[in-house]
Amino acid sequence: MNIELLNQASAFISQEADMLDHGEYPEWLALWEEKGLYIVPINPDETDFANTLNYACDDAKMRKLRVARLGSGESISTSPAPRTIRSVSRFRVLADDGKTVTVRCAQNLREFRKEIQKHYTANLTYTLVRDGDSFRIQQKVVRLLNSSDALQCIGYIP
Amino acid sequence: MTSQANSKGHTLADLVQHDRVHTSLYTDPAIFETEMDKVFANTWVWVAHTSEIPEAGSYKTGYIGRQPVVTVRDRKQQVHVLLNRCRHRAATVCEGHKGKTNSFVCPYHGWSYSLDGALRGVPSPESYGDLLDKADYPLVKLRVEEYAGMIFATFKDDIEPLVDFLGPAKKWMDLFMKQGGGFPIKVGGEHRFRFPGNWKIQLENTTDAYHFPLVHKSFLSSVDKQTEEMLDFVEGPGFVEDLGNGHSVMVMIPDLVDLEANLEAPIPERFAALAEELRADYPEDQVRRIVRAVGGSGFNLNIFPNIACSMAFFRVLRPVSVTETEIHHAVITMDGGPEAGNRARLRMHEHFQGPMGFGTPDDSEAWERVQKGSNAGTDQWILLNRGLAKEQETADGRRSDVSAETGMRAAYRQWKKLMTA
Repeated sequence: MNIELLNQASAFISQEADMLDHGEYPEWLALWEEKGLYIVPINPDETDFANTLNYACDDAKMRKLRVARLGSGESISTSPAPRTIRSVSRFRVLADDGKTVTVRCAQNLREFRKEIQKHYTANLTYTLVRDGDSFRIQQKVVRLLNSSDALQCIGYIP
Repeated sequence: MTSQANSKGHTLADLVQHDRVHTSLYTDPAIFETEMDKVFANTWVWVAHTSEIPEAGSYKTGYIGRQPVVTVRDRKQQVHVLLNRCRHRAATVCEGHKGKTNSFVCPYHGWSYSLDGALRGVPSPESYGDLLDKADYPLVKLRVEEYAGMIFATFKDDIEPLVDFLGPAKKWMDLFMKQGGGFPIKVGGEHRFRFPGNWKIQLENTTDAYHFPLVHKSFLSSVDKQTEEMLDFVEGPGFVEDLGNGHSVMVMIPDLVDLEANLEAPIPERFAALAEELRADYPEDQVRRIVRAVGGSGFNLNIFPNIACSMAFFRVLRPVSVTETEIHHAVITMDGGPEAGNRARLRMHEHFQGPMGFGTPDDSEAWERVQKGSNAGTDQWILLNRGLAKEQETADGRRSDVSAETGMRAAYRQWKKLMTA
């Protein structure tokens, strides 16, 4: 097991989680490859995201628009903004070709907004491109534990 | 509660006036219980689009009111809507949302039913002697009829034919199905979510243009200028028309009523790249037809009580309790059509719809607040008089401006008719 790579990847992903929980969206956007995709599928076994319906399938333009919407004050479902705290753990390197690394981990996310606390659990799978001593995100897939069920609305970036 | 007055002295009939409805329609558990019998078990209710059960053995589970049902296609291609309940001791015989099966087998004692609901096998039948004639215990079957690929079922055996119930809504269904762009339309997946509010709040929303610029401001900020202008329809030339039997149509963008008309019009900028991609495989007239269809229809058709053909998707509502409703937004794709066109449809759907869309969560927040606010006051009314001043009779019913509450008035008139019958 390549502990150094595991440490690098988990440090990167923990930092990303911290940015999302603290609303550091410009920094979050800067973590991405220009052609990167942020995906929240409906079917947890789905692999053909382009040709199926997802909850989100954001390219760079949609990521920017999503971030803009969250901060715009124009959306009643995100004002007040939900507070989130997420923990990421159970990191495992699934593949490493020297250039890109595929990492899977667990995410436990608690959301609080207007008197209600909700809990979303997910498997996260990252495709990370090596960039000096860090990475850039080529793909992030958020497979919610209950993705195939009827959900409640999600007013943040899980 | 039927004809007797509630604690405020209102009878059920009093609760729906021509220009208002009583708040208890959103909050009274007794009214909800009555609705399950008098509305959902007493009229045509949409259960599936034909593309959701494409082959022999394809099924889709769902609910009519709170009653679990299975919609299934048998080996002779006949569609059945069956109560999802074993005739022995009531366990559901089918789980999972959609799939394919050869038969329905109860997991509890193994009673098995064919796709048309007939009871085929009972394990160890000796104990029954001659007390059990299998012909007496098929899965309970509902009356089923279909129009324009839309499958409806009803508990009421002597109800009028579906085509009569739909009436003038039929021609709008025909127009809506043109968004296949020359291909059959296909349900290509769905977003499902719940909100803490009464089902009629959602029913109203599909015929409510008034909220759009305000609630969907953040969505409008995320689209190109041309689309934003197209969606600026509240003071435009559109209209809402009551089509009878609780159905109504809200035309927001009159130019997009008939997707096979105006094919020579310039292709909107946002579809220029898609059109270019399609030109590699299709002649220009077909490219234009597909591109125009991809953008979706310019109207919402509300079919009472649970389905709407809404611009580019089907909106399905399911009452869960007096204060909880489940919504499905089913995306429509072209069956056998160009992948690029279907991808565009999928991305557009994701952009607005579903729990992470730029539109739905704001709708959901507004509905939730309607439910919350409805707890205030003891004898308050919901106003539905917008557009009443200019409402005029038409051949199909009555019509007013695009942001009129005519469609809601239509729905509540039907609600009252069913609830007081």
